[in-house]
Amino acid sequence: MADEKDREETAVAEFHKKIKEAFEVFDHESNNTVDVREIGTIIRSLGCCPSEGELHDLIAEVFTPGSEGTPHLHVPADAIEIVQIHSDSQSFLEEEEPTGYIRFEKFLPVMTEILLERRYRPIPEDVLLRAFEVLDTAKRGFLTKDELIKYMTEEGEPFSQEEMEEMLSAAIDPESNSINYKDYISMMVIDEN
Amino acid sequence: HKCSGSGTGKAPLSLRAVLIIQNWFRGYRARLKARQQYALTIFQSIEYADEQDQIQLCNFFTFMLENYKHIRKEEIELSQLTESKLDMMDKQDYVDLIDVPDSYQGPRLQFPLTCADIDLLLEAFKGKQILHARYVLEVLFETKKLLKQMPNFTQIQTSPSKEVTVCGDLHGKLDDLFLIFYKNGLPSGSNPYVFNGDFVDRGRNSMEVLMILCVSFLKNKTYSISYLQIHGKKILQTLEELYTWLPIGTIIDNEILVVHGGISETTDLNLLHRLERNKMKSVLMPPKEINKDYNTDSKHSKLGVTISAHGRIKASGLSSEHLPKHEWEQVIDILWSDPRGKKGCFPNTGRGGGCYFGPDITSKILNKFQLKMIIRSHECKPEGYEICHGGKVVTIFSASNYYEEDSNRGAYVKLCSGTNPRFFQYQVTDATCFQPLHQRVSTMENSAIKILRERMISRKSDLIHAFQHQDRRKSGKLPVSQWAFCMESILGLNLPWRSLSSNLVIIDQNGNVEYMSSFRNIHIEKPIKEANSALVETLYRYRSDLEIIFNAIDTDHSGLISMEEFHAMWKLFSSHYNLHIDNSQVNKIANMMDLNRDGSIDFTEFLKAFYVVHKYETMVKPEATNLA
Repeated sequence: MADEKDREETAVAEFHKKIKEAFEVFDHESNNTVDVREIGTIIRSLGCCPSEGELHDLIAEVFTPGSEGTPHLHVPADAIEIVQIHSDSQSFLEEEEPTGYIRFEKFLPVMTEILLERRYRPIPEDVLLRAFEVLDTAKRGFLTKDELIKYMTEEGEPFSQEEMEEMLSAAIDPESNSINYKDYISMMVIDEN
Repeated sequence: HKCSGSGTGKAPLSLRAVLIIQNWFRGYRARLKARQQYALTIFQSIEYADEQDQIQLCNFFTFMLENYKHIRKEEIELSQLTESKLDMMDKQDYVDLIDVPDSYQGPRLQFPLTCADIDLLLEAFKGKQILHARYVLEVLFETKKLLKQMPNFTQIQTSPSKEVTVCGDLHGKLDDLFLIFYKNGLPSGSNPYVFNGDFVDRGRNSMEVLMILCVSFLKNKTYSISYLQIHGKKILQTLEELYTWLPIGTIIDNEILVVHGGISETTDLNLLHRLERNKMKSVLMPPKEINKDYNTDSKHSKLGVTISAHGRIKASGLSSEHLPKHEWEQVIDILWSDPRGKKGCFPNTGRGGGCYFGPDITSKILNKFQLKMIIRSHECKPEGYEICHGGKVVTIFSASNYYEEDSNRGAYVKLCSGTNPRFFQYQVTDATCFQPLHQRVSTMENSAIKILRERMISRKSDLIHAFQHQDRRKSGKLPVSQWAFCMESILGLNLPWRSLSSNLVIIDQNGNVEYMSSFRNIHIEKPIKEANSALVETLYRYRSDLEIIFNAIDTDHSGLISMEEFHAMWKLFSSHYNLHIDNSQVNKIANMMDLNRDGSIDFTEFLKAFYVVHKYETMVKPEATNLA
């Protein structure tokens, strides 16, 4: 009995350290807060796979709207051209509307519970393959670029343009303009390990 | 949040399939971003640790000053003579001593400089030509002359037809400078630039960058260049003097302060305007009083001490040659501070100098001196720039791919009174830019892990000692938490060790670390078989410090130092750094390096002998992956 409790306490202590590490890497100001827009990345880096909807609910639990967040400027994905930003008439020197931040003290208990309960488990490889096969109604072994774009950006929890571009850049075979999903999955799995 | 099924007639199965794929992809993408962030954290943490090492090196120079007793009388007299003669020579005589041979293919500059000279220089550097030392010196002399006439803060006024462009750290990245000039135009009277420090060090083309900036400055006189840190050794003396004459900062339109690092709660612009900036000899050592016990005189450089005679180290000069301490501290704050979100002003423990200043400090200082904004550099930002403190502090960083291919973008900012600042980003591209995200992250990650492992190997003995101390049962394994604790305390790097562990070491089914597995595929090549591991590691770890020290002792730049000098220096070094190395081992190595048996050591060969061999770099992964 006591032994089991000990083990659970050690497990919790280990989770705490792990969560702290993952959090700190995004805590750019070293003040135990992260920008709310990074929280999804942090949770997923800890091995969990919440849907966008579930993530939204999680954030609501831990979010603190505040005045100390660092305003970020969203930058387009295009990294080659010189990009002109912030040239509209909005006064630059006024106090910018912060997006909000997440405090570590609030995040820790919520995340610990998620890890303890093993919530938001990642998708096994075979389930993923099956999902692609379902979309490939003609059973060709591939999806065309247009088909993939349509599914990913119009259905479910739609991709942003950035997300779509990133998926295509790795998945697409430029010659056939299609995605051999079996190869794609294998490649991603290798990369992760 | 949006969660739509499509129109009528679609089976819920396909909706589920789409959701699965989207969910998986987002998870995968997030993990990529996290890996990228880990790699950046590694680079940054090692960079700052290296900066701290520099400070230790400078302390060592002080220590050497007080204790180095290897002096041969005749040599002193001879060298003192040559020294004073050089000092007395004015620029023209000195430069005239240098001949440019007819065979020289590089650019030949005419003074006073014209636009043609700038073009010539740019073309030459694009074609990877080298500028002859004579022209380098002439440019430096002329620049110094001009800088002397400038006040501590350069004042610039903008107008609709004359915007000013502020660039941040370049770190010797010539390609970034070319890109900026290409997109934004060459510097001129109507297109003024401010280069906000750190234009050299680390990058391969530091000298070229410096030359282009100096030449542009000489031609156009409407810029300011402010403080920088230098690690290079070329033409050190002239450069040292030139640096002391660089302005401290710039003020644009009487409302924007441009400084390299930042501010502190005690920053006093009036004082900074008034002080004699050329007396700021060293950022790394505070001004000292002379010790009358040893009758020597010296010049302090940015690195600490200039050692300028055979075996003789010159010590502190008259105290009137240096800034008073409180002025020195004001300059340090300007150069080394970093803005942070936390209110207040705290010592900058990351860098060992300056402070961390909060938004309240910014408001206070800006109000006090009727300014609106601070533009600073000093920190690498992924997007090339960052705005904080409610828009009052801007960081601008102009060296893209600073840590590694694709680590970050570079940026510059254009200012004109009455309009908003405009930010321009760029990245010097290579084929890598067209690679998909996962490949770019992989490359960066591998590079970061590699330098981290080299760090580990240089502390191998200490690490093993710490591991074994924790491993009571001598099982060769430790729980992850204990392994992480040892890593952090020995290496002194604040990194996410648990997350990185799978890249560094083998972990078994139970989550325990086989701590010796880190050292399997990597070792330091020994110059001689008999050298023991601890010695080899120590020499490897300090090799860049040793190189600097050797070069300092080697006053005739022959690449050789005498055995006696080596032994004397080594004794001091090991005592200062508290190294418990068997001196006979070191002697053995030194003797082996004395290939000609003429009593002198080729230290480049000596140091080159220690390099790290990476064998087959990927670790064998265990069956079970630890997911939570």
